[in-house]
Amino acid sequence: MSIISRFAGFFVGDAQADRTVPPSGFTANLTLFSAAAMAFLCVFALALSLATGRLAARWGDELARSSTVRISAPADQVDIQAQAALRVLETTPGVATARLLGAAEQRALLEPWFGPDLPLEGLPIPQLIEVTEDSSGYDAAGLRLRLSAEVPGAVLDDHTRWRKPLIRAASRLRMLGWLSIGLIGGALAAMITLAANAALAANAGVIAVLRLVGATDGYIAQAFVRRFTLRGLSGAAVGTALGMMAVFLLPSAQNTGGFLTGLGFRGMHWLYPLLIPALAGGVAFAATRAAARKTLKELP
Amino acid sequence: MIELDNVAYSYGGGELLSDISLKLSPGSFHFLTGPSGAGKTTFLKLCYGALKPTAGQVRLFDTDVRTMSRDDVALSRRRVGVVHQDCQFLDHLSVAENVALPLTVAGQGTLSEQSNLKELMNWVGLQHRADALPPELSGGERQRAALARAVIMSPDVILADEPTGNIDWEMSQRLLQLLLELNRMGKTIMVATHDLNLIRTAKNQVQARVLRISNRRLQLAGAVL
Repeated sequence: MSIISRFAGFFVGDAQADRTVPPSGFTANLTLFSAAAMAFLCVFALALSLATGRLAARWGDELARSSTVRISAPADQVDIQAQAALRVLETTPGVATARLLGAAEQRALLEPWFGPDLPLEGLPIPQLIEVTEDSSGYDAAGLRLRLSAEVPGAVLDDHTRWRKPLIRAASRLRMLGWLSIGLIGGALAAMITLAANAALAANAGVIAVLRLVGATDGYIAQAFVRRFTLRGLSGAAVGTALGMMAVFLLPSAQNTGGFLTGLGFRGMHWLYPLLIPALAGGVAFAATRAAARKTLKELP
Repeated sequence: MIELDNVAYSYGGGELLSDISLKLSPGSFHFLTGPSGAGKTTFLKLCYGALKPTAGQVRLFDTDVRTMSRDDVALSRRRVGVVHQDCQFLDHLSVAENVALPLTVAGQGTLSEQSNLKELMNWVGLQHRADALPPELSGGERQRAALARAVIMSPDVILADEPTGNIDWEMSQRLLQLLLELNRMGKTIMVATHDLNLIRTAKNQVQARVLRISNRRLQLAGAVL
């Protein structure tokens, strides 16, 4: 209870106490601007991290558990070889299901390249078998050997060849996103520390008077800390709002797009950027407090 | 209240004060005199805890200043009022707010204190200047405002460092009368000054002891005057 009331009291503030430090219009605006700019950048870094995280998870989850067997054989052999391949797959440990893709499904897969009107029936399209692994997975090299022995026209594509570098790239990108957020937080802390030090230096006379009339270090520090925390908080709130609006207004092309157009927040992720102002306020609080305590300790 | 026991203070260069012992008893009136640069300001700073002695012991209200934290020193300022020659104010606040500043920082800036504040402003003759800003005040008005600020917490001791250094004789006398009134109310007063006329005028009205700093030591100089 007392923590909550102290917390509330910090923001409501003591109007008298707040007036003891003279107002500073210009530098206040600079602090607000820095906090807003950093929060704006932070929204994008967060969107990038979340989007690449989603992408890596999707590739990892959906594609890791599925692979494809392609049967390329003369037209009269396709069905026989497909059945043989299915039999091999059904007796392979680690394969959960193996399913022949129907003509309609195959056409849907090819449609983006050839258009909807192409008469596929006349073309030697290979037959595809969708293979889903169970949680233990199967031995791809062993399966390839068995297939080549029993079904000469079958080629196993387990997707790992192109999936792994993509997932690695996505993870790296996500890590860079988080690193950026960390750097943005550090830069904000540095800026607020500089601003707070400048304010403390500019108000050395005020601090001397306050000391003389019996103000404790805590009281003097509070006047500065409260001011910079509120600036960090409100600046970051404006920057976050603008950043979220910009992300919201990004043209969406989710169905066909890659990860770039997928940049944005989905569902509950829209709540994450709302933490930015609070974190910025926390950073400003800690930075100013440390700067004020250090400065005051050095004064007589 | 304030006790110094074999106190010495040295800057990097050498010893400024040495072997100083003094006990300020309640209700006493002291003058501190000596040539400029003799260490009057340093002596006063030792008395209100702004400086810590390099040797010996200073006790503020029975507490060794060396054992006091920064906050303890700050809190002791509420019992020791200090007036400087070049008194500093918060220039963006009105005179009345500056005088009430010790109450504000002590978290006692309540309405009930407002009448006290008004009374105090009347007492120092600044009631008509209450809403002015400090830079608009004359030297004498600044000194009286500083005195009002020093006494608003009703301290036990008032230390004044050359309070009449920048003001004319008439204004000096007026300030002295305020200090004498405070002494009659039981406050302990210590005034550092090199104005011998001021000391003579005071001695006609109060049992004042005169201390002199010379050759780094504190001597009782009552007989000289």
